[in-house]
Amino acid sequence: MIDLLSIDFMQRALIAALLVGTVAPMVGIFLVQRRLSLIGDGMGHVALAGVAIGLVTGVAPVWTALVAAVVAAVVIELLRTRGRTNGDVALAVIFYGGIAAGVVIISKSPDGTPANLMKYLFGSILTTTSSDLYLFAGLAVLIAATTWALRPRLFAVANDEEYARAVGIPVLPLNIVLAVLTATTVVVAMRVVGLLLISALMIVPNAASQLIARSFSGALRWAIAFGLVSSVGGVALSYPLNTPSGGTIVLLAVGLFIVTAMVATARTQLSRRRHDVAEAHAHEHGIECGHEAIPHGDHVDYVHDGHLHAAHESHYDEHGHEGPHSDPDGTADTAGTAGAADTAGTTTGTAR
Amino acid sequence: MLMSAARTSPEPGVAPAPADAVIDLRRASFGYGERPTVTDATLTVRRGEIVAVVGPNGSGKSTLMKGILGLNERTAGTLTLFGVPGDELRDRARLGYVPQRHTLSTSVRATAEEIVSTGRLPRIGWLGRLRATDRQIVARSLDVVGLADRAATEVSTLSGGQQRRVLIARALAGQPDVLIMDEPTAGVDAANQHVLADVLERLVERGVTMIIVTHELGALERLLTRIVVVDGGRIRFDGTPERYAAQRGAVHHDHDSHHHDDELRPHPSGVAVGPLDAPHDGSRR
Repeated sequence: MIDLLSIDFMQRALIAALLVGTVAPMVGIFLVQRRLSLIGDGMGHVALAGVAIGLVTGVAPVWTALVAAVVAAVVIELLRTRGRTNGDVALAVIFYGGIAAGVVIISKSPDGTPANLMKYLFGSILTTTSSDLYLFAGLAVLIAATTWALRPRLFAVANDEEYARAVGIPVLPLNIVLAVLTATTVVVAMRVVGLLLISALMIVPNAASQLIARSFSGALRWAIAFGLVSSVGGVALSYPLNTPSGGTIVLLAVGLFIVTAMVATARTQLSRRRHDVAEAHAHEHGIECGHEAIPHGDHVDYVHDGHLHAAHESHYDEHGHEGPHSDPDGTADTAGTAGAADTAGTTTGTAR
Repeated sequence: MLMSAARTSPEPGVAPAPADAVIDLRRASFGYGERPTVTDATLTVRRGEIVAVVGPNGSGKSTLMKGILGLNERTAGTLTLFGVPGDELRDRARLGYVPQRHTLSTSVRATAEEIVSTGRLPRIGWLGRLRATDRQIVARSLDVVGLADRAATEVSTLSGGQQRRVLIARALAGQPDVLIMDEPTAGVDAANQHVLADVLERLVERGVTMIIVTHELGALERLLTRIVVVDGGRIRFDGTPERYAAQRGAVHHDHDSHHHDDELRPHPSGVAVGPLDAPHDGSRR
């Protein structure tokens, strides 16, 4: 009986974790891009006031939290745009007002115990009801679909707001949409991660993915992968360990970040050692430059005074002498492994 | 000074804008808030012109450009873009904008191709994605600026000059009718300035209308059809490079000609002297 029950709530918690682990990093990457990493934290504070109102009035706290967070999101974005008044201070007032109101109102509710408060602040897998789950699933699908559909424009606005405005992309509406997406993510994640820790699940997987990714789309994929591993893994671990799910999830995410940082550092040092940069190179190779271009695996080598030069970041890599490379039947000429079999002293620069 | 103002600015409201005018400003003032930074600007740019807007730092060049782009407030006068009032232009991507950026500061990783693709967005539907033709245009834009082999490179690893060319490619991807560039050569090393000038030359060959804000004419000078001098928030000179050179020459010849000196060279080093301004001295690579 107890086993059945436990399987039941574990199932719900794991499904909720799956949803949260996917959508939180998806929204979070744009917050990182806009340098608003802490905004989700503030919205969590305000959502607590919503939860408290729900508990006192008997309305489902998820709904009241959603309303509170969305309203706060829109107000915050408008305040940020105005810019004239001190936006930073205005945010602080809203955030702390939110959490203070939450704590005071919750103490007046029939089940306003400190334990109850803790559940909302730090997450508890026991609190996810099946009606919650349907709502979360609906909201998560909505968040994921909206983010996916608007992704190119959200990226453009976060990348260069002035340019976006100049070419007629609606900047303020898109920023408000992002704020509402953030607020909704906070509420979806409230049960599993907790209002004080939800921001971490939006940001930390992205922090880790930024260490290894080489493109925006790659970074997004990595972030979702890290988010899923942390959230599902955290929920699964929190049951046998008897720890709060939110803290377990975030510790796992931070652990992943640290491991990723170490791997990335090691990889950079390894590649630096096997990486020959061509001499100070003022010339830019291109179609019209007159140097012979030899397609080679995933890159193009230009024959420059007998040396092979391949574009890498802002410079050219020295890819050895013309001889071995120009052999079209070269056994190593497959992308990704091109450098591994190269003659000593050459590099895998672009193939990494 | 009065004499010059009368000569260089056409009488507002008298002559209608020519049919091939892409940008037409009449006595326009631009700025932020109540105090305009640029006042009484009258300027017409026709299709195919290559206009340099020069002037010392803080003279109002950028404010003028942002005014044309609708990025600040117009407090007086009229702005007509492609024959329609500036506020009513729906297809804003017809104005290609290359902002002044010393670096493409990205807080997240992004490839050159991803950045350039954002320039294509105004040309595709709201829920649409880049199709094959859009991708081709993005690839061609990168090719024009000489960065085809760096499409997949993370932009923060590129040099300053290369990043500047990424921004030009981004503007080109929107297939604009006119390209407005704010200081494309500032803070770029010699080799890259040379590459940039080649890129601009390629655009000239393609018949792109360009307005280039710069404080150093240098290698660009041979491409220009017109030079506009802005100083103290006003347009002080508007004419061909030949006339500009002649008047500047006169200034150098006759040091007592203080009128012209004031108008054209308000700050001795401000207007047109920069690393690119001395193409013969051999210091340029």
